[in-house]
Amino acid sequence: MPAAPFDYHAPATLADALALLGRLGDDAKVLAGGQSLVPLLTLRLVRPAAVVDIHGLDELRGVRRDGATLEIGALVRHRALEQGEGALASCPLLPEAAALIGNVRVRTMGTIGGSLAHADPAAELPAVVRVLDGVLIARGPEGERAIPASEFFTGLLSTSLRPGELLAAVRLPLPAGRAGYAVEEFTRRAGDFAVVAALAAVELDGAGRTARVRVAIAGAGPVPVRLAAIERALTGIEPAEPAVRAVVRDLRLEVEPDDDVHASADYRRHLTRVLTVRAVVRAAARAPEGAGAWPS
Amino acid sequence: MAELTISFTLNGERREVRTAAHQTLLALLRDELGAIEVKDGCGEGVCGTCTVLLDGEPVSACLLLAARAAGREVTTVRGLAPVGTLHPLQEAFVAHGAAQCGFCTPGMILTAYAFLRNHRRPARDDIRRAISGNLCRCTGYAKIVDAIEAAAAEAAPASPAAGRG
Repeated sequence: MPAAPFDYHAPATLADALALLGRLGDDAKVLAGGQSLVPLLTLRLVRPAAVVDIHGLDELRGVRRDGATLEIGALVRHRALEQGEGALASCPLLPEAAALIGNVRVRTMGTIGGSLAHADPAAELPAVVRVLDGVLIARGPEGERAIPASEFFTGLLSTSLRPGELLAAVRLPLPAGRAGYAVEEFTRRAGDFAVVAALAAVELDGAGRTARVRVAIAGAGPVPVRLAAIERALTGIEPAEPAVRAVVRDLRLEVEPDDDVHASADYRRHLTRVLTVRAVVRAAARAPEGAGAWPS
Repeated sequence: MAELTISFTLNGERREVRTAAHQTLLALLRDELGAIEVKDGCGEGVCGTCTVLLDGEPVSACLLLAARAAGREVTTVRGLAPVGTLHPLQEAFVAHGAAQCGFCTPGMILTAYAFLRNHRRPARDDIRRAISGNLCRCTGYAKIVDAIEAAAAEAAPASPAAGRG
């Protein structure tokens, strides 16, 4: 079905885009790669009076590393994350997670900012930003606002972006030392959203024990969540599979999945534990020997 | 209704058209430019039948506003070889019986074309992964993978020196 007609704006600068969004308010939807918004338009699940197409904003296309922080512009495409060249090579979690997104056509067009602002609870990139304690940079009429990932995702397809604000970039802190990353997800078919995905970031001390463990889960609730109790219990251990499994088996899970057509809530809780173990063990195994985990 | 004039290249030929702002590239190609080799399948970017190359990269024409094609190069399966001839990938699909009803074939070939540009001698598993976003409901995929593998081998024959270190 064709989309319902809308006014179309393609601003050339961020300032123009913000002025437009300020003027149009809730009547406008922001179009980036279009891989989520265009199907919503053609299914007429959303019928905005105006679409503000931001693909021309070259200001949002940059990638730069500033010491231990990687800043990725909102219009950087999944394909670029997957290829992981240049400064993006400093975060090996990105290519692994981006390669799991949709199909090659989605990755060609889709953008990191679009995925984060759309905030699908089963999407990979919101969980990446959550597990790495990323900071989302919004630009609005009052200038720049830095929003921690823990405060950005507020509910199903909902974020703390305010009317008139545009997601401009995301900043990912890169740990020093021995760090490894892994994504484990279960999907019904290739390219589907994950039923559940577990993302792990594990840092080891000099003796090979876990110094810091972070786990984010997608697909088991309205927003990606961190497993705080499991993270604490997995800290200071030798990250071999039996030990990790023993910890994860009995602890409370901070997820509240629902039943739906794809899986029951019980099955999602089961997947959360199984995938968490796999992700943590694999992430720990990838932490390089010695210091200097990040390719510079 | 918001309308705009855009120009873009379709299979090497420059086109200038009026389009409604809310029209997709798929609708523009099929309904106004007669490019009915681009198939209209799911309309949600999942099935791959409307795959076209945008500046050489595979995209879903159903998920691209036509306005976004402005200034770009759009290639459909017709653009892979001169009129009246077949691209080696198309030849391989014929030779291996990789097309049955044919509805997925244009998108499948374009996806394979873009993949083989960056992968000279892919393993079968890599081919299967590469076409996992293009659904075929007839062939069971085996003959499609055969055809893509054969086209890759023809384009990049194994060197006699290969494997001698």
